[in-house]
Amino acid sequence: MKAQGIVYKYGDNIDTDIIIPARYLNTADMKELAAHCMEPVDEDFPKNVKPGDIMVGGFNFGCGSSREHAPAAIKECGVSVVIAKSFARIFYRNAINIGLAIMECPEAAEAIEAGEEVAVDFETGVIKNLTKNEEYKAMPFPEFIGEIIKKGGLLNSIK
Amino acid sequence: MSMTMTQKILAAHAGLESVQAGQLIEAKLDMVLGNDITSPVAINEFEKNGFDCVFDKSKISLVMDHFTPNKDIKAAQQCKQTRTFARKFDIDNFFDVGNVGIEHALLPELGLVAAGDCIIGADSHTCTYGALGAFSTGVGSTDMAAGMATGKAWFKVPSAIKVELTGKLNEYVSGKDVILHLIGMIGVDGALYKSLEFMGEGLKSLSMDDRLCISNMAIEAGAKNGIFMVDEITKAYMEGRVNREYKVYAPDEDAEYEQTITIDLSQLKATVAFPHLPENTKTIDEVGEVKIDQVVIGSCTNGRLEDMATAATILKGKKVARDVRCIVIPATQAIYKECIKQGYLDIFIDAGCAVSTPTCGPCLGGYMGILAEGERCVATTNRNFIGRMGHNQSEVYLANPAVAAASAITGKISDPKEVM
Repeated sequence: MKAQGIVYKYGDNIDTDIIIPARYLNTADMKELAAHCMEPVDEDFPKNVKPGDIMVGGFNFGCGSSREHAPAAIKECGVSVVIAKSFARIFYRNAINIGLAIMECPEAAEAIEAGEEVAVDFETGVIKNLTKNEEYKAMPFPEFIGEIIKKGGLLNSIK
Repeated sequence: MSMTMTQKILAAHAGLESVQAGQLIEAKLDMVLGNDITSPVAINEFEKNGFDCVFDKSKISLVMDHFTPNKDIKAAQQCKQTRTFARKFDIDNFFDVGNVGIEHALLPELGLVAAGDCIIGADSHTCTYGALGAFSTGVGSTDMAAGMATGKAWFKVPSAIKVELTGKLNEYVSGKDVILHLIGMIGVDGALYKSLEFMGEGLKSLSMDDRLCISNMAIEAGAKNGIFMVDEITKAYMEGRVNREYKVYAPDEDAEYEQTITIDLSQLKATVAFPHLPENTKTIDEVGEVKIDQVVIGSCTNGRLEDMATAATILKGKKVARDVRCIVIPATQAIYKECIKQGYLDIFIDAGCAVSTPTCGPCLGGYMGILAEGERCVATTNRNFIGRMGHNQSEVYLANPAVAAASAITGKISDPKEVM
């Protein structure tokens, strides 16, 4: 599996209230939620983002609430992968469970800038910065988690 | 193989002799929790994947507390969907308007969670039940759906930080200040993926309400769980609430902790977390002049009886400042009733506070106290992220109930001693 797209970059501690403010959680309709994704810091994100684009964050990405609406809204926006220096644990779990690709790679998250074009190979964990012609290597998933991802999320894996 | 408290509970629930940090396990669950925001997503997944029964109807709690009494039509639809599911599967612990309380105050109060349990909840503050000596952690809706179907969840066994408490808290300093101090010290990802394990002789002076507040905000340090050693205070709390056997786990003497943090409770001052992260802490003598527009006293963090008692002590015979709205939300119906009995409600209303039925409402910017552009709120809640309680240019300052009540009187963030 591979992904390629333009980067939207945000900072450290991007919390779930930024990803999807709680006032919109009166619906579980992911299309409606996606229209408000990242609204507090980047109101135009849902309008600008194209299918396949890549989100990059700093440390503790997805901290705060357990709302699965957060990774789901990012996924619904068409984001192919989130690369961060580290992920908050519930967000990490949720992303895997719903099949949103994430990669932990401090080096890539530091070096990659907004607007750059990046290609990712999920099998090898290699992240290529096509704009800068640089290459970074993400931490591989433990085998057990890799299996959940391969089967298309948690519920498919336990059925 | 020596283990921490958390590791012992996880090993027991995974049917293993021992576990070690980093190990992936599948554990049996004693309780699976959801609320009116996270349950609909879980129910959609449960149904979409063709599950036709729940693992145990007595081990699922569905608590309609976030946007209830229904704030709008969409919120009403979400509660209706959850109610229909609860009735279909005859869920024992379905709580709706009239008997509902804020989930993390309600479940311990009713004895639905106990020492030694392994609990997941589709709400990040599920870590609250660590105060009872349980392993309890927040998960998402898909985990909740899987938990409801199978009674199991996968976990990576966490490493741990030991928090050794000594001494005794001073007046107007509470569990809230202990956890804000700790988060200020280690940061919002200081305990990422790890357990926080609280022990030491300082526990003797910490009430259950203090401990529940401390465990509640373990997630605000990134922790997987925040667990307390069980002592006589814990047992006395569970007595008459928990109608089943429970198990007490203590860490092995040589249990491995990545780090030990010692906090002398007697040295702590009232602490305020400034916008927009819980780690931006200042002690009350450092806050300077911060004018406020609103005060919220309530939530799963500080909506318990002691919090109400503290606020009432401060507000008794006083008035909320002009141009400040003070909203008081007892966390459960039992707490609400006790507030009436003790005369706290009279004190709050005479002071000019609004008192609400239990709801998470304003804490997460749902309703019942949304902030306008540029407004500031002192809240006893748990998060002060950008836009958390309303407009993106509004601000939330996290504090204990005494500071919040004192600030309501003066109209600026204040030391309770100033008004007493």
